[in-house]
Amino acid sequence: MNNKLQKQLLKRSKAAKLERWGKTISFLALMLITVTVFAIIIFVASKGLSTFFSNHVNLIDFLTGKNWNPNVTNSKGQPEVGALPMISGSFVVTILSALLATPFAIGTAIFMNEISPHRGAKILQPVIELLVGIPSVVYGFIGLTVVVPAVRSVFGGSGFGILAGTFVLFVMILPTVTSMSVDALRSVPRYYREAALALGATQWQTIYKVVLRAATPGMLTAIVFGMARAFGEALAVQMVIGNAALLPTSLVSPASTLTSVLTTGIGNTVMGSLQNNALWSLALVLLIMSLIFNLVIRLIGRKGAMSK
Amino acid sequence: MLINPSSPHSDDGWLDRNIVDPSLKDQQPIVLETKQLHVYYGDNEAIHEGDLKFPEHKISALIGPSGSGKSTYLRSLNRMNDGIAKVSGEILYRGVDVNRPEIDVYEMRRRIGMVFQRPNPFSKSIYDNITFALKRRGVTDKKVLDEVVETSLKQAAIWDEVKDKLKKSALALSGGQQQRLCIARAIAVKPDILLLDEPASALDPVSTSKLEETLLKLKEAYTIIIVTHNMQQAARISDYTAFFNMGRALEYDETAQIFTRPKVQLTNNYVAGDFG
Repeated sequence: MNNKLQKQLLKRSKAAKLERWGKTISFLALMLITVTVFAIIIFVASKGLSTFFSNHVNLIDFLTGKNWNPNVTNSKGQPEVGALPMISGSFVVTILSALLATPFAIGTAIFMNEISPHRGAKILQPVIELLVGIPSVVYGFIGLTVVVPAVRSVFGGSGFGILAGTFVLFVMILPTVTSMSVDALRSVPRYYREAALALGATQWQTIYKVVLRAATPGMLTAIVFGMARAFGEALAVQMVIGNAALLPTSLVSPASTLTSVLTTGIGNTVMGSLQNNALWSLALVLLIMSLIFNLVIRLIGRKGAMSK
Repeated sequence: MLINPSSPHSDDGWLDRNIVDPSLKDQQPIVLETKQLHVYYGDNEAIHEGDLKFPEHKISALIGPSGSGKSTYLRSLNRMNDGIAKVSGEILYRGVDVNRPEIDVYEMRRRIGMVFQRPNPFSKSIYDNITFALKRRGVTDKKVLDEVVETSLKQAAIWDEVKDKLKKSALALSGGQQQRLCIARAIAVKPDILLLDEPASALDPVSTSKLEETLLKLKEAYTIIIVTHNMQQAARISDYTAFFNMGRALEYDETAQIFTRPKVQLTNNYVAGDFG
């Protein structure tokens, strides 16, 4: 009798086998993604670092040099690969577009979640989802045909430049920041609002002093997420920024970003040459920056979790 | 004595409803009274009737089974159901109907405060929790604020436990302490009436008895209306008790009467533990 029971218990049932299979498959999927990510990082790093190790470009010169012209050798006998114009271009458009988008995003999120949740869910939510889904080339094209001429006629110059890039990026990151801000507001427990209202606080006082304070970590995450998107956006920016590798002197003079130089240049260089390696170095800078953005998002999340 | 004296007696001597007017029993003035109160969630009528009168400086308990409408009734009293449910009828606060659209609900809620089932301190310091409502009203004098913090924490019987950590986060307190902090926060604006919605249901027995002591002290200064699931609690602390069933206040009388000689059969069944 006991032998029979033992046999039954030791035999793997169909369900147990299926369970093992499921675990194996999901583990393999995870491994594949992890390996891919690390492979990309290692590849970009090895290519990007060869500028400094094989071509002996000074890292400091690379990060602070103001001239980008990899085909030309300068007085010191070194190629001119100063990436400062692109690095600063990327940061300026990112920060400006985030500054512009944040108030609009928070205002929209407050309207959608606190003031008119019903209409917000019905009308604004689909609109925002639609905006997220528009391909960036469309944004770029609209930027080229509408924003650039508008900037030209209002501020003068060619119209191409940081300002046009900022406007295009502003529209592009606005839906992302808004929908993440809505999520942040939604995660504030209802009893916070009730507590404030029951104390005689008005709705605005409740929103401003309680809801927004409690949602701050989530809001910051939304903004940093938007910045990461703006920093990495290539196509639309490239179409409107003017693509001159010059240190930006004004908002309406042509400039360039890391991404715009990469997209315009990568097809015109020979693999393994200095010109090519220098572009990989720019890609490495981009990659490191997006890792930093990710890190910031995680830090904010952890801090938010602690204060709760 | 009965508001509804024509209420027919059933064969075995029970009344269908028995709502007394406390002003006939006590010398205390009535501070809050509802007339023909109906509450609707959409098409669903949650409260059919609740004509109760609450005397000053007394604790009135609302008891009844889950879904009987006692919490809905309570939340209607300071208009916390605005935007959630439709409330019709009159809510007379010292003779003024506050259930009118032109009433400034923010000012009204300062006078009729509320403490909720789940302790809900803000994620701020203890000090900032207490001063929140005052600051929103433009009180900035540090001396005044300090004093209010001390007196309200003392009144809520939590001062000795927190006086050394006023700047610490309120969320680091235990559940019972948080709930007493919420009471302190509610009385910091010197309300007239305190509404409590099952304030002890998330607390352990020790914290509950501390909370009850606190309430008994508070009734000297405030009128208290408390919803409770716990009949012993109602019996221990309240002066008047209303029994709710199916969205209707069936019996309202002195607590001793409700628990020893109820006049409505359902009340009797409920307090005897036969249902609910």
